[in-house]
Amino acid sequence: MRTMKHFTATAAIGLCAVLSAGLQASAQIKIGSVLSVTGPASFLGDPEKKTLEIYVDEINAKGGVNGQKLQLIVYDDAGNANNARTFATRLVEEDKIDAMVGGSTTGSTLAMIPVFEEAKIPFISLAGAIQIVEPVHMWVFKTPHTDKMACEKIFADLKTRKLTTIAMISGTDAFGKSMRDQCVAVAPKAGITIATEESYGPRDSDMTPQLTNIRNKAGVQAVVNPGFGQGPAIVTRNYQQLGIKLPLYQSHGVASKQFIELAGPAAEGVRLPAAALLIADKLPNKDPQKPVVVNYTRTYQQKSGQAVSTFGGHAYDGLMILVQAMQRAKSADKAKVRDEIEKTKGYIGTGGIVNMSPTDHMGLDLSAFHMLEIKGGDWTLVPGT
Amino acid sequence: MSLRALLETRLLPAILVAAIVIILPLFFPSAYYYRIGALVFIFALAVVGLNLLMGFAGQVSLGHAGFLGIGAYSVAIGPVHFGAPSWLCLFAGAIFSGAVAFAVGRPILKLKGHYLAVATLGFGLLVAIVLTNEAGWTGGPDGMSVPALTLFGWRVHGSDAWYWIAGATFVGGFLLALNLMESPTGRALQAIHDSEIAARVLGIDVARAKLTIFIISAVYASVAGSYLALFNGLVTPDEAGFLRSIELVAMVVLGGMGSIFGSLVGAAVLVVLPQVLTIFHEYEQALLGLIVMVFMIFLRQGIVPSVTVALAGWRK
Amino acid sequence: MAELLQFVFSGLTVGAIYALVALGFTLIYNASDIINFAQGEFVMLGGMTTVFMALAGVPLPLAALIAIIVTTGIGLALHRFAIEPARGASPVALIMITIGASVFLRGVAQIVFDKRFHSLPPLFGADSIQFGGAAILPQSLVLLAGATVIVILLWLFVERTLLGKAVIATAANRLAARLIGIDTRRIVDFSFAVSAAIGAIAGILVTPITLTSYDVGTLLALKGFAAAMLGGIGSPLGAVVGGILIGMIEALSAGYLSSSYKDAVAFLIILVVLVAMPQGLFGRVKVERV
Repeated sequence: MRTMKHFTATAAIGLCAVLSAGLQASAQIKIGSVLSVTGPASFLGDPEKKTLEIYVDEINAKGGVNGQKLQLIVYDDAGNANNARTFATRLVEEDKIDAMVGGSTTGSTLAMIPVFEEAKIPFISLAGAIQIVEPVHMWVFKTPHTDKMACEKIFADLKTRKLTTIAMISGTDAFGKSMRDQCVAVAPKAGITIATEESYGPRDSDMTPQLTNIRNKAGVQAVVNPGFGQGPAIVTRNYQQLGIKLPLYQSHGVASKQFIELAGPAAEGVRLPAAALLIADKLPNKDPQKPVVVNYTRTYQQKSGQAVSTFGGHAYDGLMILVQAMQRAKSADKAKVRDEIEKTKGYIGTGGIVNMSPTDHMGLDLSAFHMLEIKGGDWTLVPGT
Repeated sequence: MSLRALLETRLLPAILVAAIVIILPLFFPSAYYYRIGALVFIFALAVVGLNLLMGFAGQVSLGHAGFLGIGAYSVAIGPVHFGAPSWLCLFAGAIFSGAVAFAVGRPILKLKGHYLAVATLGFGLLVAIVLTNEAGWTGGPDGMSVPALTLFGWRVHGSDAWYWIAGATFVGGFLLALNLMESPTGRALQAIHDSEIAARVLGIDVARAKLTIFIISAVYASVAGSYLALFNGLVTPDEAGFLRSIELVAMVVLGGMGSIFGSLVGAAVLVVLPQVLTIFHEYEQALLGLIVMVFMIFLRQGIVPSVTVALAGWRK
Repeated sequence: MAELLQFVFSGLTVGAIYALVALGFTLIYNASDIINFAQGEFVMLGGMTTVFMALAGVPLPLAALIAIIVTTGIGLALHRFAIEPARGASPVALIMITIGASVFLRGVAQIVFDKRFHSLPPLFGADSIQFGGAAILPQSLVLLAGATVIVILLWLFVERTLLGKAVIATAANRLAARLIGIDTRRIVDFSFAVSAAIGAIAGILVTPITLTSYDVGTLLALKGFAAAMLGGIGSPLGAVVGGILIGMIEALSAGYLSSSYKDAVAFLIILVVLVAMPQGLFGRVKVERV
């Protein structure tokens, strides 16, 4: 009687097995992906998913990789690390993937690393924190710039403007906290003093108390806002509301046209480090990244109807690095592909030019970041960066 | 003992559950299923505790994941910051959760209905906020990694190992809950649920009974949280968050408030359903919400009680 | 001194947002004893529908009107198709239905709309008003005015109209209300519709400040619910006072104590108040008949 209900649950599990068995077609290269398509990180995961789908289709239309078609299997972890871990296990045990491109957030990536390390499957992460590649895990790589690099770029720009004392206002979400920690760590070496710090919740609607405290702190010459999502837009608006005239720096997490729309006229003069993707059409013609980013921007906008975001760009880079590694290895063999990923040299992507090595599983250096300033409602390149 | 006598004991449901735990793996094609099974039993353990509180004592808690989080972080902070062995931290976490439940429960269990719900909500949020902010201890929003459990020199590792541990613990917790409900405290609680004033008139120490069950449910959740953290090797503040609390309440209500076996069913449905719904991609969330609504409209006492009643009626 | 004023302005702004959301809980609770956790989604639908209609070219006032009508319809549908069929279920089961409804609405919203953040233009411009060395947005004043108007309208409705009295009668004793000829199903229909409309209006008014996205409803519902309980569930004045109080506590904590613990301080104070006043600030003391 009661057990009957439990067998229903078992039957549901069985149905799941049958369904996933049906999905396994032969002679296809299986690429798995666990992304935060819904939940608090959804505007990371959504463009990532769209990008992967668009480009897997494109690659298959051109004949696939090594003569085999690609099959993309995407699961949504809703921003929860426990779910990510479960889906990672499912990808390894049930779907039997050959490689993994995914992990929108640091939390979900860290939860999944042990699964892929143990299963010896190459894993290219799309998350930002530096702990993903430092210390180096044999099977784990990543495409986005680290938050440490973003801090270094911002601090370098501050030094050129002769500003050395700053205040930080960061989001208490994982992205904001991680970048804030990195900035605090690299500040002394960069000669920057952090005079005061404030924080806000990622869903807060008014940051004027925090900014008032910053405005009242003597000696602050500039303000840095590590965070992503809607918070930075609200911070920027409040900044103007309070009439604070100090230079404001945002993080690379807000690098999208949407930020300018949402922050409105308050965004004027705001600077942030970003990859070339954002200023695709403004790049000098001889910039090697130009054809890649212009192409990606056009394709993504056409196929999805939305403006590009750097997060989608990271997914593009991850997929392409994987595909090119498979082409060089002339197989989908996990160990060979891993070796080839590690040997990626001179890959020109949306994030920069990637040169990986056994000690560097990200492959980008500070030149991958440009310092952008918002002028006249659009991104402009700060000269010399 | 004759077979008939055995069947009529209180032990029957527990034997049934133990049988399920033992027989299920025969249907498991891969480690993924062991993981799902382990997760079901871990959450079912927490849900049994919450069911004792909500179903039997009638006290709504919207912050129960707070105790889950305390248990989870105990086995992270203890080994990493104090070098203590994981199993000891598990017990310490359970005791600490009980103590917190005692401290918090005494004032807020005086509240009734929605007011109690808000107070427990506040408690859960407070725990989640502290876990997120005190990054020096807890690793902040990204959480911290949890060293694996070592028992008698053997490193507990892998979905199958945790399936058996979670399953066995669940059977134990299940038996304990059944015994509790037949005990004087359990009967007092049912009396309180039916009518608090009548119970008080009968001389039942209402405040003490409520507090006792609150502490017990906190300990259940804490153990479940510790298991979850040890199994995943990672813990994040999400495990104490509002969404997790709502998920636990949904498991109680879906399975059947006041039905201990329902706790298992509720946990199974809400752990397995998202896995099954992945084939619907972007419609997954909408479908999940729809299914929960449909279940509650048509099986409004929960799956197990409704099915039991329906089958009893059909038998006639 | 100027900074205290700024904190107060911030508290009023955020508080008005919570107050508007909290108001949406009161009418449904008054008519049916149900806490509608999908209230946050009504707020989201108001804002998001307006945004997308405007993006499609519809003039803003018309877009707002359409959004309110659509959301009201969804509120009605929620009652007719989800709550009404489950009449007689335990309160927890009904709450679970509303939670399921909120998950469902969010799931549909992410398909129909998108997953990005959007804004609406403020009613009276984006330039802040300077007063006593502190700045406040005109939109914040609009929010406060909106909340006041809704409270007054609700009070007038309950005190001065027959329909309002019918709502109170339905809440007091559903069977008795039906016995004297009140169509209780229509009353609860009405309360859901009006609460949905209040939610939609709240969404349209707060979006210029909070921005909107498909999942903005969850946190707003949480805070709005807490505000409504703090003020005493069922009292519109209590909802507004509760909302503003929570907003003020958050702003003052962020300004004077610690910005990372401001939410914690607010909830701690809610707990303390509830322990001292178990029916909230303005709630009716429940008389239990034995």
